[in-house]
Amino acid sequence: MQAELIALRKELAALEQQASSDHTSETFSFGFAPADKVLGGGLALGGLHEVFAAQQADLGAATGFITALTLRAAMDTQAIVWVRQSYAGQETGRLYAPGLASLGCDPDRVILVELRDALDVLRAGLEAVRCAALGAVIIEPWGEPKVLDFTASRRLALAAAQSGVTVFLLRPGAVPQHSAAQTRWQVSAGASTPLAAGAPGFPVFDITLLRQRTGTPGQHWHLEWDHEQHIFRQPAGLPPLSRPVVPLPLRRQASAPEQANDPIPIARAQ
Amino acid sequence: MTPSPSLARNEPPRVFVEKVKGALRIAAIDRQAHNLGLHPGLALTDARARVPNIAAEDMDPAADNAFIDRMADFCDRYTPFIANDHPHGLILDITGCAHLFNGEENLRQDLLTRLKKGGAEAHASIAGTPDTARALARFGGRAIALSDEETMAVTSLPAMAIGTSPETITALARAGLKTIGDVTRQPRQPLAARFGEAFIVQLSRTLGEKDARINARRPVPPYMAEQRFAEPIAHEDDMLATLNALCLQIARLLETRGEGGRRFEATFFRTDGRISRIDVETGRPQREPGVIMRLFRERLAALADPLDSGFGFDLIRLAVIDGDSFIPVQTGLDSTDNDEEEVAALTDRLSTRFGTTAVKRFVAVDTHIPEGAAYAGAALRVKDAAAWEMPVGETVPARPIHLFDPPQPIEALAEVPDGPPLKFRWRRMVHDIARAEGPERIAAEWWRHDGLTRDYYRVEDSAGHRYWVFREGLYGTEAVRPHWFLHGVFA
Repeated sequence: MQAELIALRKELAALEQQASSDHTSETFSFGFAPADKVLGGGLALGGLHEVFAAQQADLGAATGFITALTLRAAMDTQAIVWVRQSYAGQETGRLYAPGLASLGCDPDRVILVELRDALDVLRAGLEAVRCAALGAVIIEPWGEPKVLDFTASRRLALAAAQSGVTVFLLRPGAVPQHSAAQTRWQVSAGASTPLAAGAPGFPVFDITLLRQRTGTPGQHWHLEWDHEQHIFRQPAGLPPLSRPVVPLPLRRQASAPEQANDPIPIARAQ
Repeated sequence: MTPSPSLARNEPPRVFVEKVKGALRIAAIDRQAHNLGLHPGLALTDARARVPNIAAEDMDPAADNAFIDRMADFCDRYTPFIANDHPHGLILDITGCAHLFNGEENLRQDLLTRLKKGGAEAHASIAGTPDTARALARFGGRAIALSDEETMAVTSLPAMAIGTSPETITALARAGLKTIGDVTRQPRQPLAARFGEAFIVQLSRTLGEKDARINARRPVPPYMAEQRFAEPIAHEDDMLATLNALCLQIARLLETRGEGGRRFEATFFRTDGRISRIDVETGRPQREPGVIMRLFRERLAALADPLDSGFGFDLIRLAVIDGDSFIPVQTGLDSTDNDEEEVAALTDRLSTRFGTTAVKRFVAVDTHIPEGAAYAGAALRVKDAAAWEMPVGETVPARPIHLFDPPQPIEALAEVPDGPPLKFRWRRMVHDIARAEGPERIAAEWWRHDGLTRDYYRVEDSAGHRYWVFREGLYGTEAVRPHWFLHGVFA
């Protein structure tokens, strides 16, 4: 009995690996060379990526950042499904199409699904993820619903790996927790480089890479989104900045592939 | 049709009353009350004086209408073309349907038997025109009047059966014209002079000389397929199999005319007269039976209260409510075409499962008022792709990514009354403004006569959050102390 179970588990693990190796080996560029380097070439296509806002007030920035990443992940004309819990709309305002357009995302590509129930949000998200014709899926449940546990995120990650559709989980009103996401980000709004006459400039994000499965987390960038070329760039007049903000765990294997050519030496605990 | 309560011996006669000019008057009565000589229009006090033990209840027109609606739904099994005949009748256009029931008399009998089983007492007549049939049914004429015997059939009916105003009836009665036959024997010209042209039209309609169109209560679907069962079915597998067979039939019908359906409706008729309707909608015209069936399965699975088969269904009907021309395309070579198709199918599935209004696409509206400039409409109903204004060159986003509708009131402090704000308080937080741009003045639409001019500012607070705020009302001319609002949040 025990042996059978073990054999079955092995088989399952092998299957999972097979499934996850289908698409996750492909990546899409983050759109900022130093970040790509830290990420080991870029973010996983057909992966699950989680984005948190540092504070409630940063939700606009987090939404902007996820829109930017979505544009990076999806091909130029591919449709994007955005599943949103309707409570988010009441709390943070509705998704405004001209605003999406001003970030370079054609609102015509977006299929917006607004649902009251968190479980429905996940179900609709999963259904969408299975459709390989999509460029990306954004799932935005509100808060920390019980249904969105590790199993649920694992299910999303597996479905994404199978179809090759990248999934972004936008987590308004939630704190980072254990999940099956390949990368986890925290975003807050950054002071922009002012234009003439002190006008607010291009959107600037303070981005922290909280976790990545294959490499070093804790990187921090201060980046401006270029909606024309769909890339991130350093805001003018700021020194390049890429350093870990949290110390690395003690017993981590020091075999991150990019470690050797990392441009900035990383302070590492013994 | 009157719902007949159980005629138990000891039950008192029942009347329904309504208030007419301050007095309670009888509006409807049951058979027992009728036999006791009561009639609608009688004051309740008079009725009580005659029959002390009557049970009086308030008239409930809404419930009456709902009952008639249920009846009409039930009658859908005979013909899709049904009109309400207010206040308490139904007109069924059974042209081309009678043969399904082995003739008109059988259809009529079937209808009456089923209604009786359902607890309703009804009268029904069949005639060539709706008005003749109505006169015959209401005033106890013969059951079926063929098109050449209509005039003869109605002559013995009272003049009231013509269906004109009570004044006209009274006037006719004073002239000694008691039946329709009496009226028809008079020359028409003087009648027209006395009672108006409308009366003559109504008369000739009742006589079956002129046909009148009836307004169907539900649009008659362009395509229909149905399956009747001698033995009612209750099992879900049987239902789905039947639905599948109907889908195939419909697909063949659609194919012969080069069309596809955009809305499909399955109607399940239960033996006890209850019917359930389930409809699915697609973004593009569709006729692939597999796809339609898949949507129906989704829909059935998503039903809040599952289809209750009760004692079984004896008729299942599938109808195409909306058809559209359908051009088959060869797929397989061009991948983008396939992608579009797949995304459309996903939209259909999501709409079916979570409701048509939950799955949306953005629609651009040609207006400067920000909250009106874009909305998200049901994806299945949005036809054309909107042309969005995409940023060209180095332009800073001028519109927020999140928009509050309605705008959120804030307390703002400005250096000069018509200048940008220095700080504002929103959701109990004070934001010090580091950078501001504006105003972008958006005036109310003068042809709507409402709203004040808004001065919009893009502002960034000291923490880097970017907001879109506006002052409502021009200082001094439109408002003494203009209010401030926060309308959106930038990325």
